[in-house]
Amino acid sequence: MQRLTAVALVPLTLWIAVSLFARINEDYSSFLQWLRAPANTILMVLLLISVFYHTALGLRVVVEDYVHSEGVKISMVVAIELLCFALAIAGIVATLRIAFSG
Amino acid sequence: MDQHIERPLSPHLQIYRPQLTSVLSFSHRVSGIALAVGSPVLVYWLIAASMGASAYATLHGFLDSWIGLAVLFCWTYALFYHLCNGIRHLLWDVGYGFELGTIYRSGWTVIGISTLATVAAWFAGVVVGG
Repeated sequence: MQRLTAVALVPLTLWIAVSLFARINEDYSSFLQWLRAPANTILMVLLLISVFYHTALGLRVVVEDYVHSEGVKISMVVAIELLCFALAIAGIVATLRIAFSG
Repeated sequence: MDQHIERPLSPHLQIYRPQLTSVLSFSHRVSGIALAVGSPVLVYWLIAASMGASAYATLHGFLDSWIGLAVLFCWTYALFYHLCNGIRHLLWDVGYGFELGTIYRSGWTVIGISTLATVAAWFAGVVVGG
């Protein structure tokens, strides 16, 4: 899954970077308009899922490398995974609220 | 597993000379952590946008400040670096690029492309951007 989300993130990251840098000086309403385009809404949701899955896996590896007390390690991994899930959901809900309110 | 016995550890950072391979590997990890730390800002930005123009403007006020721009610049550098070195990792995963010469050349390529991409993106955004 780490490799799978990594592969998905290559085009998704390029998409978001190009899209945002091209619009760096635009205003609030044009940002909303951009995000409301169905393709962009879908890509944003895909990005959020992929980013937070990938992040949870990556941080798990880091924790496992440096934390050796079993209890602390497990607690940290669980906390990170729950946080990443919550952040993904929050981002998706915000994106959909924007998309469906236009 | 008894974690309470203090055992001696052989020195590492004080002994091994940094090389492109180890420095890039460490940077990949550090950039990953930096990206993770910044990711809630992406979510907050979407939430602020969904809440209305004034929440969005408050966030942008911070991001537009000198410190906000500096942090954003570093974060996007971490993003481009992690992306480029990530592709290098994926190529290793399919078995390509393990010869020592290739490792060094791909390593320098990653540094070059990620630096160029960061500078070009910011230049294009700030100078040209719509």
